[in-house]
Amino acid sequence: MACIEARGLAKTFGKSVALDGVDLTVGEGRIVGLIGPNGAGKSTALNAILGLTPYQGELKVLGLDPWRRRDALMRDVSFIADVAVLPRWLRVSQAVDYVAGVHPRFDRAKAETFLAKTNIKRQSRVRELSKGMVAQLHLALVMAIDARLLVLDEPTLGLDLLYRKSFYDTLLNDYFDHSRTILVTTHQVEEIEHILTDVVFIDRGKIVLNAAMEAFESRFCELMVRPETLSEARGLRPIHERAVFGRSILLYDGADRAQLAELGEVHTPSIADVFVALIGGAHERGIAA
Amino acid sequence: MNTLADAMPEAAPQAPARPLTRSALVSPLYWQMRRELWEHRSLWVAPVAVAALTLLGALVAIAHVPHSRVNVQLDPESVGAISVAPYAMAALAIMVVGFIVAAAYCLGALHNERRDRSILFWKSMPVSDVAAVGVKAAVPLLALPAIVFAVILLTQLLLMGLNAVFLLPAGGRFASLWSSWPLFSQTLVLAWGLASQTLWLAPVWGYLLMVSAWARRGPFLWAVLPPLGICIVELMSFGTCHVFHFLGHRLGGGFDLAFSEGGPHRQMIDAAQIDPARFFGSLEVWGGLLAAAAFFAVTVWLRRTRDPS
Repeated sequence: MACIEARGLAKTFGKSVALDGVDLTVGEGRIVGLIGPNGAGKSTALNAILGLTPYQGELKVLGLDPWRRRDALMRDVSFIADVAVLPRWLRVSQAVDYVAGVHPRFDRAKAETFLAKTNIKRQSRVRELSKGMVAQLHLALVMAIDARLLVLDEPTLGLDLLYRKSFYDTLLNDYFDHSRTILVTTHQVEEIEHILTDVVFIDRGKIVLNAAMEAFESRFCELMVRPETLSEARGLRPIHERAVFGRSILLYDGADRAQLAELGEVHTPSIADVFVALIGGAHERGIAA
Repeated sequence: MNTLADAMPEAAPQAPARPLTRSALVSPLYWQMRRELWEHRSLWVAPVAVAALTLLGALVAIAHVPHSRVNVQLDPESVGAISVAPYAMAALAIMVVGFIVAAAYCLGALHNERRDRSILFWKSMPVSDVAAVGVKAAVPLLALPAIVFAVILLTQLLLMGLNAVFLLPAGGRFASLWSSWPLFSQTLVLAWGLASQTLWLAPVWGYLLMVSAWARRGPFLWAVLPPLGICIVELMSFGTCHVFHFLGHRLGGGFDLAFSEGGPHRQMIDAAQIDPARFFGSLEVWGGLLAAAAFFAVTVWLRRTRDPS
């Protein structure tokens, strides 16, 4: 059974279309990055998946309709919406007690073990913790829940580099196994690039790209072209062109690598480069038109 | 991606699905209630503070009574009036504070979690909106009346203890002390009074919870100004005050329904005046409960559908 299955998922707020017929299947054991510009529909898609907002179209998460069965779904789904949503009046010990009390799959010992590795005091209130510590606390609570799907919506927004790095390291080393699925959105693509198994681009409510990382890497390639072969390279229909230190870098979708290698150096592009090519370009044309 | 597969310990066993052993229904409701009391400490701090103040007041008053006056013979009516006053005043003060705290709680209960976005954390837990709102409604309907009842009872017992300690050695008689405050009968009156007023005010709590779930900001103003506006429009248009009287009756009219008139004492209500038949025979009571149920349903709907961010 697929972990998330969406068919024609749509959502409008008044006249503006947040989701415009999204088809998406996420299998078990994947780590999926949902990448899109601001206002692309990322949060709306996540809210629909988490049962926080009604929608049109078909959506099943772990076989359940999230809008009708949010409470049942939340036994198997955890989410961190962003770093600032733990109530400021809550004490650390109360947070652990509460989740232990209401969540049937919460393992208190596991949460205590995670917390013991931090400097967080049990009697502190959330308001007394630094932003990084709040993220650690939330992560400790979430990782102690034996969930099948973990949804992370900008979980490291506003954290410093060290916390961001350790956040994803902890997640990968101490939490993820191949029976769990993780769906994550972030603007800091380069930080999660190495942990993703799948990448999904969303723009203006539509899925623009949905690929496993292996497919992504074989499909896209980047050519740092020699000046004398530039016009020939341009003839091979690159999807994007940019200049770095006076040299042109052309991005190709599904081109023949051997053929490109004759024109210059061929690299595998980063997710961010392909993102800019596919979505940045569309937005520039949109502005121009 | 290959690096990921490499990073995974090969021996990582599939976590076996743990059976759901704990009571799946009661435990979340209990912890949801604990959570309300953690956030809103005024629910018990305020009644306890008022109780402490009344006890302090009583202590000062007793210390001022000249011992020579303790045994002065007065007519029974006046004795009743003098000695009943602190008990009734303590009960009334704690109860009034309880209602104020309940109103403040209701206005914040569903607004605070949206304002600080912590609703996203609460909604990440397997607690339905019906259960979450139900527990919030149970605070003014069950938890707070229970707290107020316990605090008043304890305060009255301590007052009795104070009187005993100070008056008996000075020559007061235990019988007159006891007759000044018939504890058992007054406890019944207190329990019924609290229960009936809580039911009578249920639509008020429901309305405040609904406004709390609805208002983007300033739930207090949204709760108070529209009814006031309607009163003003009615007065300007028709020169009448029906809405105003209706609302005033809803806020303060419950005692008259719960207790029959003509008790033997002027200063305190007698247990014989407890009149559940009249109270539950009143259409106003049932109409109020029906309105409370409707407000509750709308509140659940609002918490479920309001955009979380």
